[in-house]
Amino acid sequence: MSDKKTIDIQQFVPGEGEARAPYSSVDFDNDVDLTRDDFDEGLELPDINTAPMYVNIGPTHPATHGTFRVYAQLEGETIEKAGVDVGYLHRGFEKIVEIKQYGQVIPYTDRLNYCSGLVNNVAYCKAMERMMGLEVPERTKMIRVIIMEIQRIMDHMICCGAVIVDIGALTNFWYFFNARERLNDLLEALTGARLTYSYMRIGGLAWDLPAGWRENVKAVLKEIPPAIADVRGLVAKNRIFQDRTRGVGVISGDDAISFGWTGPCLRASGPDLDLRKVRPYYGYETFDFDVPVGANGDSYDRVMVRIAEMEESLKIIHQAIDRVPDGPISVDDKRVTLPPKHRVHTSMEALINHFKLVIEGVKPPAGRIYDATETPNGELGFYIISDGSGHPYRIKVRPPCFYTMNTLKFLIEGGMVADIVAILGGLNVVAGELDR
Amino acid sequence: MSKDNTARHDALVAEIKQQFGAGVLDVDRSFGDCAVIVTRDVVHDVLAYLKHQHRFNLLMDVVGIDCMNLPSYRERFEVSYNLYSVPDDLRVRVEVPVPELDMDVPTATDLWKSANWGEREAFEMFGFNFVGHPCLKRLLTHHEFKGHPLRKDYPVMGGQWCSSTSDMTEELNEPR
Amino acid sequence: MGIDQSLLPATKDEAGIITTRLDEIVRWGRKNSLWPLPFGTACCAIEFMGVVSSKFDISRFGAELVRFSPRQSDVILVAGTINYKLAPVLKRIYDQIAEPKYVISMGACACSGGFYDNYATVQGIEQIIPVDVFIPGCPPRPEAILDAVMKLQERIDTEPVPSRGRPRRHEVVEKMKDTK
Repeated sequence: MSDKKTIDIQQFVPGEGEARAPYSSVDFDNDVDLTRDDFDEGLELPDINTAPMYVNIGPTHPATHGTFRVYAQLEGETIEKAGVDVGYLHRGFEKIVEIKQYGQVIPYTDRLNYCSGLVNNVAYCKAMERMMGLEVPERTKMIRVIIMEIQRIMDHMICCGAVIVDIGALTNFWYFFNARERLNDLLEALTGARLTYSYMRIGGLAWDLPAGWRENVKAVLKEIPPAIADVRGLVAKNRIFQDRTRGVGVISGDDAISFGWTGPCLRASGPDLDLRKVRPYYGYETFDFDVPVGANGDSYDRVMVRIAEMEESLKIIHQAIDRVPDGPISVDDKRVTLPPKHRVHTSMEALINHFKLVIEGVKPPAGRIYDATETPNGELGFYIISDGSGHPYRIKVRPPCFYTMNTLKFLIEGGMVADIVAILGGLNVVAGELDR
Repeated sequence: MSKDNTARHDALVAEIKQQFGAGVLDVDRSFGDCAVIVTRDVVHDVLAYLKHQHRFNLLMDVVGIDCMNLPSYRERFEVSYNLYSVPDDLRVRVEVPVPELDMDVPTATDLWKSANWGEREAFEMFGFNFVGHPCLKRLLTHHEFKGHPLRKDYPVMGGQWCSSTSDMTEELNEPR
Repeated sequence: MGIDQSLLPATKDEAGIITTRLDEIVRWGRKNSLWPLPFGTACCAIEFMGVVSSKFDISRFGAELVRFSPRQSDVILVAGTINYKLAPVLKRIYDQIAEPKYVISMGACACSGGFYDNYATVQGIEQIIPVDVFIPGCPPRPEAILDAVMKLQERIDTEPVPSRGRPRRHEVVEKMKDTK
């Protein structure tokens, strides 16, 4: 084979594919096929005028963003009862990290909420740093704040764009997506990747900001408010959008808390729970920003809270971008940080340190810790159990949308079939962190 | 976390110890977190007490743990309820050891609605039997899956093929 | 396609004739109107949105008409991890696409399971359905997806028409009945 193996065109050998998987085309008999020979003509069919109708929505419905399944019993267009099934993107995150080192977990966290991978990176590293008693330098804190807020804007853009496009307004999606591409260029210049960044390290950052990056941020930030204004102008007072989302999927603040909601979905119902305010980290208490809350707790509020949050994030970035101090980007602690390369080549101690960090990995003290971070979707928590070795004993992710998805059954029952799309979009369920 | 909760945690732990006596096995205060380890007999009472008397109105997570190789081994499994109080901004964990041969745990679905899926996940990953749960079915893995994948004795590469569509009548008829 | 000079109209009023072989015009039509079914499950689906959007613009290659119904699409673009729970769904959707059908496997997870080598993830969709083009990367860059579309077009350009050497569904079923 040539070394250019990137794209491989290969011929299908008949029978080979079928032999390996346990099923073939003929296995799926569970729907009634009138052309089949064994179809029983004397079969008693229920009376279609009175019998309830059962409909499967998903797992690959275009409006389900990722994959899950709603099984609904219909009375006309109204959903009488519904069952929700998830797990179609279950990738065994919690099992696979048990055989990895602590540092190797960072790329996996990227793929939890893939709309905002860097926030997940920070959430994991923050938990690890608290476990090891590390305080990251000021420069790192400010850079983390800036890119977390950039990611928050990008995540909300995808969420709001997607819910509006599901309801039928495609233009807004492109307005948001163009602005998102500009922000993505910034992060690409910084991290080298477009979606799964893996830029954080335990105790710091992978590398420093490239030259002129902060000026680029300032330039790009000027393009975001027009995009938000465009979308808001098209949507906020739009009759069709209001009819589809106002009063749809209403949940009270108390119910939302009982269901374990956090983040913008909860704030749309009233409670102003935002970890950046109640448990500030990385100096969030020193920034001037508001926590937007909704009044009705319907799908409309959930979209509008997100759009308002984008503007608050812009405020934070504007304040933080001028406050990035000079200094190191990683803690000076040989338990987590690799020694500089020239010292590895000249000093025996540094060489051993380098070797042990690479081979054995970071070793936090034994114990259990739960640390939570405000991600675009809500509270992302990492519950880490360490037995003192270089591999995590157990990492449990507390994904925000797992618990909002739990509520879907209760939100859609009694509503119309078309409301499912409007409700689901407002919840911003990201299958990667839902199923892990 | 910038705020120090040590004093509030101390008071809470003292109160729970006084209230439940021998039901409290241990207290874990590592890294500034607070975890109360209680027996299975009192776990539901402790959770109800925390919810009603101390306004722990948000059940963040239900975590199953396989303690097979842990130094702090009490029983083979543990369930950890992760609570948060929105009005008081306080976190506490309630952990209950569960032996391998008798994995009944009282459900918390009557206290918090979020316990529904949290307990279903803990059931499918470890095999806990949450007594009183309205619909204890597999959630993330498919319905033909055998075994509990997050147990330490389950092989990492133990994939199992699925060949049919699951029946969701039980979820459909689950009471609201 | 070619234009036979001897058949060109002598005057403006006469109708012209373009000569071609049926195979070529069928191929030309197929390769320039590939309607993709994005079987997006995970991160790669977000990147696919980027390919459809204006910056990269997959419509330059005639593949912008995204169809979510397998009955209307020509190429299924598997973007994201396929786990054992989703595997029968993917198989069934593939079966529902009308011939000729093509498969692009996008991203490391779909190609080989990626770094999720564990109990949940299918180690490559090749175990379930035949793949025409693999795109590596986690996720692949948009340029790589455009390249994959071009590679697929090259392939369509060289394959025989109407049969493309792949057994039709009813042939597979007949064959399986024989072997049982």
